[in-house]
Amino acid sequence: MRLSLDASTLPALALGCSVFGTGGGGDPAIGLLMALQAVEDFGPVPLMGLDELPAEGLLMPCGMIGAPTVHIEKFENGEEGRRLRDEVERLWGRPVVALMCAELGGSNGLLPIAWSARMGLPLVDADGMGRAFPEVPQVTMHLAGISPSPGVMTDERGNLIVFRPLDGRWMERLARAAAVELGGSAASAEYCLTVAEAAGATVQGSLSRAIEVGRAVREAEHDPVEALVGAVGAFRLIEGKVSDVERRTTRGFVRGSVVIEGLAGDTGRLLRLEIQNENLIALEAGRMLASVPDLISVVDSETADAIATERVRYGQRVTVVAFPCDPIWRSPSGLEMVGPRAFGYDIDYVPVEELADATA
Amino acid sequence: MPPLDHRIGVDVGGTNTDAVVLDRDDTLVAKAKVPTSPEVADGIGRAIGVALGESGIDRSRVTHLMLGTTHATNAVLERRNLQRVAVIRIGSPATHAVRPLFGWPADLRQAVSVGEAIVGGGIELDGRELAPFDHDGVARFLARVGERAEGVAIASVFAPVLPDHELMAEEVVRKELGDVPVSLSHRVGSIGLLERENATVLNAALGRVARDVIAALERSLSAHGLNPVTYFAQNDGTLMALDYALQYPVFTIGSGPANSIRGAAFLAGVDDALVVDVGGTSTDVGVVANGFPRESSQGVEIGGIRTNFRMPDLITLALGGGTVVAAGPDGRVQVGPQSVGYRLQEEALVFGGRTPTLTDAAVAGGRVRLGSKPLPENRRRVLTEALQRVDFMLADAVDRIKTSKGDRPLIAVGGGSVLIPEQIPGVSAITRPHDFDVANAIGAAIASVSGQVDRIFHLGAGGREAALREACEDATERAVAAGAELDTVSVVEMEEVPLAYLTTQAVRIRVKAAGSLGGL
Repeated sequence: MRLSLDASTLPALALGCSVFGTGGGGDPAIGLLMALQAVEDFGPVPLMGLDELPAEGLLMPCGMIGAPTVHIEKFENGEEGRRLRDEVERLWGRPVVALMCAELGGSNGLLPIAWSARMGLPLVDADGMGRAFPEVPQVTMHLAGISPSPGVMTDERGNLIVFRPLDGRWMERLARAAAVELGGSAASAEYCLTVAEAAGATVQGSLSRAIEVGRAVREAEHDPVEALVGAVGAFRLIEGKVSDVERRTTRGFVRGSVVIEGLAGDTGRLLRLEIQNENLIALEAGRMLASVPDLISVVDSETADAIATERVRYGQRVTVVAFPCDPIWRSPSGLEMVGPRAFGYDIDYVPVEELADATA
Repeated sequence: MPPLDHRIGVDVGGTNTDAVVLDRDDTLVAKAKVPTSPEVADGIGRAIGVALGESGIDRSRVTHLMLGTTHATNAVLERRNLQRVAVIRIGSPATHAVRPLFGWPADLRQAVSVGEAIVGGGIELDGRELAPFDHDGVARFLARVGERAEGVAIASVFAPVLPDHELMAEEVVRKELGDVPVSLSHRVGSIGLLERENATVLNAALGRVARDVIAALERSLSAHGLNPVTYFAQNDGTLMALDYALQYPVFTIGSGPANSIRGAAFLAGVDDALVVDVGGTSTDVGVVANGFPRESSQGVEIGGIRTNFRMPDLITLALGGGTVVAAGPDGRVQVGPQSVGYRLQEEALVFGGRTPTLTDAAVAGGRVRLGSKPLPENRRRVLTEALQRVDFMLADAVDRIKTSKGDRPLIAVGGGSVLIPEQIPGVSAITRPHDFDVANAIGAAIASVSGQVDRIFHLGAGGREAALREACEDATERAVAAGAELDTVSVVEMEEVPLAYLTTQAVRIRVKAAGSLGGL
């Protein structure tokens, strides 16, 4: 066991999830409360490395799909995870040895803990993104050729849907439509895989890393942003003030841009962030400083609290940090799925550390 | 309702209770400032007495009274005089993953709750039923805890979309418990079940506090021979009628900063400006936009509980007239956060005391002439440096709170506003209105009445236009219900946020409408 997920580690994980959420994925607060209540009622959840689990054991990636605004109003019963697990076990004909977060961001980095605690199952120290992305197939399992099928979805009432989609794109379309029918938010599991398969198909160590980052920030004595930068190995893109915010919603996605005007040592600089639910691209004077799939987080310059895209507003004092994504995303197929072009930008991806070198 | 003649505005602050008398033309006739007493109502009575005496007007000519008070805030912070509440959440089988009051400080929960239940029911985002409403579940819960309950709080999933199940639950309470006070979440808060539920429970718990303050106020008014129509100030800078305040005491929490911002705007005669209110211990920097305080985008915590109340967007600095200035061991000047508070007249150097304060710094910098004693020469360097620090902190706060580029006017109010320099970067002009020291009481007296809607609309056949129209009509209706005159009500704020990660068209709309008091 790498760590025990309990009241002493969960707040740090929530903080880490908001940093790795890169502005998207919804508010981790509700996920944190669910996880805290579950470990209080059912005991802590062990966080296990892949090497601590049997190679042929089955992992169940899971989380909520739908609108965060619905999720803060109508949230889980708590038994959804068990229903997903029971159906997955029936479909696969063998036991699930651990749950896995499909994404590390917003409440989805915490919700599976609430389910694990109820079933007495461990959570694996890995996830399918190492950050937040908006769509179901934007997971590392997809790149590794793991099938989303059979996917399972349930709601708080006990409705249960089994999907056998042709591919990840179909899983996204079918799951999104079903989630709307179930009230705008539902629980789902897809891309189930064995522990052996997960070794090359997931972002490993991501939860313990998020906890480490959260701890560093919470325990920082002087400069929480410095602590964050150190813990995550980030590049400081700019320290400044939000001077312009433009947002619009099209087909379920919040798109827009944010301009940050440099302060202190960055006076005279202007940074522009392109946003689609998550922070996607950072530009300065037409030059790219960082882009998806590398992680770009906007944090409060004083507290290092990550600021969700829908909460960014004029006048906030923020620091923009960027750090490398898991290498899995930097492959040609990874970039095809989540690189700048996948989000409609006519830009070639360049790793953030190379961009930083070029600037320095 | 009597036609308006004179009115009294009262604001209870942490240090002082202020009262003002305004005439029909909003001209200040008299003002008074007395220390806030442990029994808050005593201070209110004394402030009214002093202001009345000074005004010399006939008591029968005081037709209205507006009160901004900290009673409710203090009751929650001190866990004092709170009612015991039965908490009913309607949303099963959803929402069991976080039970009601989970995460509350244990002592507050113990002081407030006689029990919590999650019963079947609730609404979906699109107005369908999440589950059928469980009458029997509510009745069974009330049979178990009802005897001990002095109030009932009811929160249903998506009540801001459709409140039907909350209304059905209220009927069950009436049948089982008679006329015990009931707080319904759709009238208290917006989207976000846990925050709205928390605010509803607090509201139910504050019932006795509201009754007590109103009774004490009425006693004190009759002792002064007054019989005005009374209103309470709310956290958004508007007023609510007395009977409304009895039902929604939680809205009085945080009315102080809103009053001060509104009062400053009124005194300066502008609708859009930055407002800096410098007190004895702290400074609030806020914004008045379109005549109302700009609100924060996030809900606030009250006594350790998350709510979704929107308070005025403020930057609070530990700077005030009584803030202590000290030279650290390394020679660096330290400003605050300690303050001599109400002991300024004994402690400050210019009054012959031994503690260097920011009031001394203001005198040293020539910003004000005050006191009886000359400043010792050996303190001047430290005081001058402290004043530079103040200027820097103010400039930084002003820059942070601004909503757009370009210079903005600034209004300086509060007893400690002599600290504010002649010029601040980013500020076009500084107005120091007359009677700046009672801006908050004036803010209470001149406030209008508002109604607010914050819920999710589905864009049907009528599209966006129809949804906005419905929201505006509802907000107007609420303003009238709170005491506003229909002819004067207009929409003062409108915001729409589309819902992300959904394939259907839904939008969250927030509208505030405000108008003049009936009878004004």
